[in-house]
This record gives sequence, C-alpha cells and structure tokens, in this order.
Amino acid sequence: MENMVNIKINNKEYSVPANSTVLEAARYAGVEIPTLCYLKDINEIGACRLCLVEVKGARGLAAACVYPVNEGMEVLTNTPKIRQTRKTNLELVLSAHKKKCLTCIRSTSCELQKLCLEYGVDEDHFVGNNNEYPIDATTPYIVRDNEKCILCRRCVAACKNMQGIGVIGANDRGFDTHIASAFEETLDKTSCIGCGQCIVACPVGALYEKDDTQKVLDAIADPTKHVAICAAPSIRATIGECFDYAPGTDTEGKMVAAMKALGFDGVYDMNLTADLTIMEEATEFLGRFKEGKNLPLITSCSPGWIKYCEHYFPEFTDNLSSCKSPQQMFGAMYKTYYAAKMGLDPKDIFFVSAIPCTAKKFEVQRDYQNAAGVPDVDVAITTRELARMIKQAGINFRDLEDEKFDDPFHIGSGAGAIFGATGGVMEAALRTAAEVLEGKKLEKLEFEDVRGTAGIKRAAYKLGGAEIKVAVVSGTANAKKLLNAIKAGKEKVDFIEIMACPGGCVNGGGQPTQPAVVRNNVDLKALRASVLYTADKNLDVRKSHENSAVKKLYDEYFGEPGSHKAHEILHTKYVKRGL
Amino acid sequence: MKKKLTTVAFNGTEEQFKALDALIAEHKGQAGALMPVLQGAQGIFGYLPIEVQKHIALSMDVPLSEVYGVASFYSQFILNPKGDYAVAVCLGTACYVKGAGLLMDKLESILGIKNGEITADRKFSLDATRCIGACGLAPVLTVNEEVYGRLTPDMIQGIIDKYNK
Repeated sequence: MENMVNIKINNKEYSVPANSTVLEAARYAGVEIPTLCYLKDINEIGACRLCLVEVKGARGLAAACVYPVNEGMEVLTNTPKIRQTRKTNLELVLSAHKKKCLTCIRSTSCELQKLCLEYGVDEDHFVGNNNEYPIDATTPYIVRDNEKCILCRRCVAACKNMQGIGVIGANDRGFDTHIASAFEETLDKTSCIGCGQCIVACPVGALYEKDDTQKVLDAIADPTKHVAICAAPSIRATIGECFDYAPGTDTEGKMVAAMKALGFDGVYDMNLTADLTIMEEATEFLGRFKEGKNLPLITSCSPGWIKYCEHYFPEFTDNLSSCKSPQQMFGAMYKTYYAAKMGLDPKDIFFVSAIPCTAKKFEVQRDYQNAAGVPDVDVAITTRELARMIKQAGINFRDLEDEKFDDPFHIGSGAGAIFGATGGVMEAALRTAAEVLEGKKLEKLEFEDVRGTAGIKRAAYKLGGAEIKVAVVSGTANAKKLLNAIKAGKEKVDFIEIMACPGGCVNGGGQPTQPAVVRNNVDLKALRASVLYTADKNLDVRKSHENSAVKKLYDEYFGEPGSHKAHEILHTKYVKRGL
Repeated sequence: MKKKLTTVAFNGTEEQFKALDALIAEHKGQAGALMPVLQGAQGIFGYLPIEVQKHIALSMDVPLSEVYGVASFYSQFILNPKGDYAVAVCLGTACYVKGAGLLMDKLESILGIKNGEITADRKFSLDATRCIGACGLAPVLTVNEEVYGRLTPDMIQGIIDKYNK
C-alpha cells in the first residue's frame, strides 16, 4: 500500500500519495491546474507561475508543480485572487511574445494560446521590451524563433536532462535572457544531433521543423518527375493525432489513402526496407560475432543516434552497423533496382520519406547516401508536415476509405512493423538471427525482455550454442551511460540497439506535438508502441527473412545479404566529428 | 546588458591551463563548483574566452551552454580581456546628465571599439561603469587608476594620445 496523506482540495477531502505534488494531487479532485514550464521528470522548476494555488498557512501563492503535499494540507485552486494572478502572469508572458498567431505553426495547438483564451487575457495589456532576434534556420532540421520564446526552458531541459546533450541554454539575463547556444553560435556550429525533442517539448511556436513540404508539392506538380513516398513504421500509429484521433490509434489505411490523394506516383511501406535492414544487419552481426570483431555491433537506424555517436563517442563509430537506415535503403533501392526495372532515370525520380524524425532531414544530406549518383532520398518530411499537406489539400482524413500500399513494395513483416518502438529493431534482428543460428523455426517470436519503455534494457539469449548479450537503449542520455560503462570495462554486450529518442521513433522529434497535460499524464510512448505490436501480432508474416518482397529483391538484384552489390547500395560510412 | 563576445585572439599559456586544471581538480565532485571555477579561471586568464570555457566544460563534464549561461548571467564575468589601459566611463546618474554618454560615443569612435570590447593591439579596453563616487567631478572617466574629471568630448583625444606614445 502506497503511503497516503489526507488533504483538502477546494474544501473536499482526498487521500493522495504522500510523494505527490499539489499539481498531481489536484487531478484526484478532477482539477487541471494550468502549467507552461512543467514537464514531468524533465523540467520541474516552477518558473512560469501559471500553476499558482492558495495553500492555507503558506506565505503567498504556491507553485503547485513543485509544491509537495503534506498531511492536513488545505488547497484552493480557483479563487478570484488565483484567477487574477494567473491572468496577469499570462499578460506578462504575452508582453514579450511575438503575437503572430494567425500564421504561427502552432496556432490551435499552442499551449499559451489555449490558456490565454481560457483566462480571457488582454493580449496588449503590457507592452514589453521586445528584443529582436534573428531566426536560426541554419540546420536542415530545426528552426528557432526566439521572438516567440516564452523562456519556459522545456527545450533546454529536454536537451540537457533528457538527452544528456545540452547544446542550448539560457544566455544573458533579465530582459536580455534568451535561449541559444554558447557564445551565440548558430545551431549548425554545435554538436546538436537533430533529434527534435526540443520541438516536441516547446509549448509555443518558438521551435519547429524546417518545412520541406513546398519541395514535395513542387515535385508533384512537375510532370517530368516521378514522385514516390514511403511511410516509416511509426507514423501510421501517430498521424491520426493530427486529425483528432486519440493517441494509440492505427490509421494506416487512411494515411495511405491520403498519400494517394496527394498525388504521389507510388505510395510504399518502409516496413519493407526495415526488413531489408534486418537481413543486412543480422548478417553483419553474425559475421562480426563469429570473428569477434568490432563488437558490440550497434544499430544504425536512428540518425540522431548516429550523429550523437560521431560527436560524443567517435571511438565507437567502428562499432556502428554499416547498414543504411530503412529510409535510405528504400531510396537507394528505388533509384537503382526499381529505376532500372521500370526504365526510369534516377535523376527524374523524386523520392520522399514520411518519417517521425527531424534528424532524418540531416541524414538525407549526408555523404555516402547516393547509391545511384543522386541523393537516395530527396526530402524527408515529418509526420507533422505530412499532416499539414493533407489538411492544406482539403483531404478529409477521417472520412477516407482505407487503402493499401502500392505494389511491389507493399509488404512488410511484423518484424518491420515494430521498428518504430524501442526494442523493435533488436527483436526483429533476433527473430532472424535466432533462426539462422539455430537452423530451425522459433516457437515463440516475442522477445519480451527487449520490449517496454525502460531507457536501458538488457537480455541474454542462448542461440546456436552461443550466448548473445544484448542491450536496448533509447534516449541519448541512456546511451551515454551504457557506452561509458562499456568503455570502463564494467559491461560487456554483443549487440546494442540505440534510438536517439526516448521510447524510439513513436516518440520522435517529428511526431505530432502533445500538450504537457497529455505528456505528463499519459504514457504516449507505450500507447503509440501498442499500435505497432498489435499490427505485428495480427500479421501472417512476422519475420524479415520470410518477407516475400524482400526475398524477391535478393533474387532479382542483390544476390544475398551482405553481397558486394548490397554493400555498394545498402551500406554507408561514418565520420568522427568530435565536439 | 548583453555580453559582448570576445573580439581578440586567445593567447593563453600552458602554465595558465595547468593552474586551471589544478583548480578544477580542487573542486572535483563538489556540487555547484562551476561558479568558483569560473571565478578562479577569470583570475588566471583575466577573462573567460571560449577556449577557457570549453576547457572547463569538458573537464567538468558540464555542457558548454551551461558554462556560458553562467558566464553571461553575471556581470562580473567578462568575455573580453582588459587592455594595458583600461578606460572606464562612469555612466552613473550625475555623470550621465553631465554628458558622459557623449564621452562614451567619442571614445568608441576614437578607439574603434564598442563598450565592453578591446582594441586589436590589446592596448585599450573600454567599459561603462556604475557610479564611482566622484560625482563632484562629473563627468568622469578612469584609465587604470588615473581619474579624469569635468570632461568634454573634445578633451578625449588628448587623454588617449597621452597613453598612445
């Protein structure tokens, strides 16, 4: 039994866990206290002064987000004094906010806008010292508009506390305080990994992805271009959120229908190249494991993780799988194999990937990602950008009839489907590696130990007489912990899956934003991941090596996994960037 | 006031970095060590250029953004070194109403640097100060320990020339 205390909230008695804050306790009373800066476990600094409540006997108003409950406490959450103070504080926040709400990317999903509406503020009540800041659009993935920043520091906390990176912080002080990198460097000059967790943490429109939708629309409108799109495993589990579906709703059929309605010449499933990745990566692992060379092998699907490794752990770049990510494999395969087969000039193909990720925008521009002599992928658009394109085109997403991906790249196995959740790549690889090593069919396909949203998961499996130690990590702060332990010789692992974003791609920096009230109280990562695991369970083909479309690719073109041709087209190289 | 970024090349010595490393080792594992380390570093180098802040960030395993955040928050931390002749113009109330702002403008144009900066030859640095308690002489400026009072802008060139020999 949890330790409980008795408190009064708005004159009614409640029994709440002793370790809760007033903010958490108020939920027992069905009261949602407004917040702007608070993100559970990530940013608990009581700075925005929106969550102020009256606590009997306390001096002044208390910040509910950081105020612990205690026995006999009496809390009031809705008095004239509280309402007036919150309203004034909102007006003060607005005094230094660039109020370009009509055209703001976060209009209608802005947490500040919502509160201002609820509290009926006068948006011009105070005229502040509105400093001018240039927009930082120097990276291919993140745009920062500090004139909209409300200094809640959620991005700073996401970068430093959650990801263990900290390339942004609060510079100068007083009215000059602003969020930027050290010595006012632009973001492209820092060791930012492009994970985009700052974007999904931002309550307002100060951070957003570099929008590439116009490039896609231009290509679709160009009759000389063959424009294809492939959908990453996780976005079918999240794009519904942009159309008012509850988190955790599978909208694959509608997403495919919407992509077709947008006018793409081919709409394909990236689960297929997730399977292709597994074929190459499992082969690579078995080879390295036999030779005992460059172990642990570390997965390379997450471009945020790759950039993190190159900056912060360059000594591990030889451990990275040389496999391109599923996105890049798709583009590479499409512009070589499929272009030749269909008599298309790779230069006339415009290949788009729809992904949950901002770092993928960096990945498409990397070296050694141009198998056909042109970039494998032309543009990577996030889930949010895809949703915007659908809305702009007037496509009524909710009313669409489900459609299927296009032949011949419509088949993905269950193993490919779970790529979007932390542990998914490992489980997919294990399904294939185990059958190859054991030489017989697995009885149970689920590798439960590597599932779930824990930051670091470890397991050991006996396969083919040998014990294989695996680890699954999500969030770069966790990667840092594990890699430091390996460096110090405290831990020995053979195979590691690392995803830059906590929870994996389902919680990627390109996914639909959810307000703090949802993030703090709903396990978004698990809810979204459940869509992928359900899809896996319901599929007939659940192992990458049994995917008939993948088999066909090897039969017709690549020969066998790890072949010379596969290496030329499906593998890549890394650089040691350092700090 | 916004911090002026470092404008002159770094010329720190090995001995200075040795002293800094010793200072960091002294504070190892101590909570809130960044402030005393930054203070000590400014004592060693005279200012806190990016090279020094990066060294501190790496040695202490603190993000550079946090080091810079602290260095740019406190006005006592400076990002530019002082020149051989540190010119400080009092912008306290009395001096200001007596035209200290015009002295500052004149100095900026003669020295070719802004408030908070240093000349490329490191001879002169220019800063604005709060009241230095010499209101009876307003407007005043100091060059190192030397005080000059009851100034007008046309007297500035003569003062600079004195040190520019």
